[in-house]
Amino acid sequence: MASIKKHKSTEMGLHDEVLTGRTQQVFFNPEETENFFYHDAHKVDFNKRTEIDANNLECIDINRKINELMAKGYGTIVIKNPGSKHSIGVGILNKLNLIIEGSLGYFGIGSVDGPVVRISGRVGWSCAENMMAGKVVVEKNAGSCFGAAIRGGDLICKGSVGARSGIDMKGGTIIVGGDAGAFTGFMMQRGRIVILGDVGPNLGDSLYDGTIFVGGSIKSLGADAVEAELTDLDIAWLKRKIKVSEIDKKIDYKKITKIVSGKKLWNYDNLEPTERKGAI
Amino acid sequence: MCGIAGIIHKGKSTNVGGEMQKMLQSLKHRGPDSTGYALYGNGESNNYILRFKVGENVKEGSSAVMEDESVYQERVEQVNSKISTSGATLHKEEQITPYSYRYVISYDGDLLDLAKQIESVEMTEILSLGKSLELIKDIGDASVVANQYDLSDFAGTHGIGHTRMATESGVDIRSAHPYWAYPFSDVSVVHNGQLTNYWNNRRALEKKGMRFMSTCDSELIAVYLADKIRNGIDLEEAMRGSLDDLDGVFTYLVATKDKLGMAKDHMAAKPMVLYESDDLVALASEEVAIRTVLPEEIDTYDPYEGEVKVWQA
Repeated sequence: MASIKKHKSTEMGLHDEVLTGRTQQVFFNPEETENFFYHDAHKVDFNKRTEIDANNLECIDINRKINELMAKGYGTIVIKNPGSKHSIGVGILNKLNLIIEGSLGYFGIGSVDGPVVRISGRVGWSCAENMMAGKVVVEKNAGSCFGAAIRGGDLICKGSVGARSGIDMKGGTIIVGGDAGAFTGFMMQRGRIVILGDVGPNLGDSLYDGTIFVGGSIKSLGADAVEAELTDLDIAWLKRKIKVSEIDKKIDYKKITKIVSGKKLWNYDNLEPTERKGAI
Repeated sequence: MCGIAGIIHKGKSTNVGGEMQKMLQSLKHRGPDSTGYALYGNGESNNYILRFKVGENVKEGSSAVMEDESVYQERVEQVNSKISTSGATLHKEEQITPYSYRYVISYDGDLLDLAKQIESVEMTEILSLGKSLELIKDIGDASVVANQYDLSDFAGTHGIGHTRMATESGVDIRSAHPYWAYPFSDVSVVHNGQLTNYWNNRRALEKKGMRFMSTCDSELIAVYLADKIRNGIDLEEAMRGSLDDLDGVFTYLVATKDKLGMAKDHMAAKPMVLYESDDLVALASEEVAIRTVLPEEIDTYDPYEGEVKVWQA
């Protein structure tokens, strides 16, 4: 923490934490999961439950099977023996209660919009990449690029995550119960990241927008990441989100550090006038 | 992108050849060009095990220059002569492929002198020289290489391996991993990543008398560590130094007679998944490789940026 400069973005008159813009309004609506609709979405019944044994299946077969089961109205699908295979559960554009009994490899639950996913094990790199909406809960640890480029939804890891979590993130929330590696929130553009443990070097490097909350120590801040004042509104939001995340950890909310963009990088001189107005 | 894997059993010898084969075969998609194993076995009565090649595998897909196999025998005879004149005694001689050999020798002299003598024979390269290390690498996936060299029942305490996607150098045995930390017995390295200050470091090390056999940037790690060890620096300390001295993005594994270590660069740009229990440590570029030997639910994690870890067999 020693390396954090104590200037506040609010003192700089740059960051007032007013949520503006279409994505913020949509993604921070508590009823966000009700706001999406795909014309070819399946009508599923969450009480209709079935299982897939992934032991001898390739990822393409598993994903095809999930789609077929949703088409039959199954709203709760349990995947057994995932065996850390890659790309399981990608492209689900539907409401679904998906339960993974085990661990996933790379790119699990990528490009989804709507499902609630529970993973009892660990996930590899790039879990939930490009998620639009929904909720993903990982009970153990996660690899690097956790929640890369997500646009919305809640992505929760109860354990620790690797490097570059929330890279290129454009909305939604990432909550990590443990520690996070280097370059967390790298080039983050919107949304919020909550790390309850310690974070590695270059936190929030090249951060455009969005907010990062850290409960533990910060090894170093990246370019354009600055500390901001933690408001009562922030604490209320954190309490609500962490409760929803089901992370069972005693938290001293007043000790949480809030990191935002200093908005000093060259790209802010090149924004569209309306974006610039919103940013400043 | 390449795949790397390693496993070490604490205080136990087991079928490490079969385990490494399964792990590496599951990483085939990360590198189909060649596969290499550095296996640490139970040794041959405290004698040195010499693995060397006198030519290249020139099958389809290889970038090596085609040679008439008749030259191999000539080179082997020269190698035998060099071994004899160096004062070493040859106890066992096995031809594994037309170009690849496994010898058991006894020798009391300087390993560097012996290695230089053997490698003075045209196209001859020592793959490994040690009392427990056996380094095997060839073109093809893990099963092809394991079958070719009969590795599926290899007993030992630990091993590291590599599946290679050739990017900056050719598809041949010379450029395949692992690399032996010439001239130190029983030290081997596998690497996933790219080193951007390869030539600067190589020139500096060559000036110190260190030898490079390929233009593969991964060989630099082995030679770098060998140079540090030569100067009396502890393996773990040398690995920590490498994080600052080597530029680029990399994760590498290094093994010695009784240790296995890993190092990850400051950017943590290359993957590594780690499982550790009281009995063993297994590491791989992807968890799916660890699951081939530990199919039950296990707790794994990604080591962080700048981490160096070393485990004892």
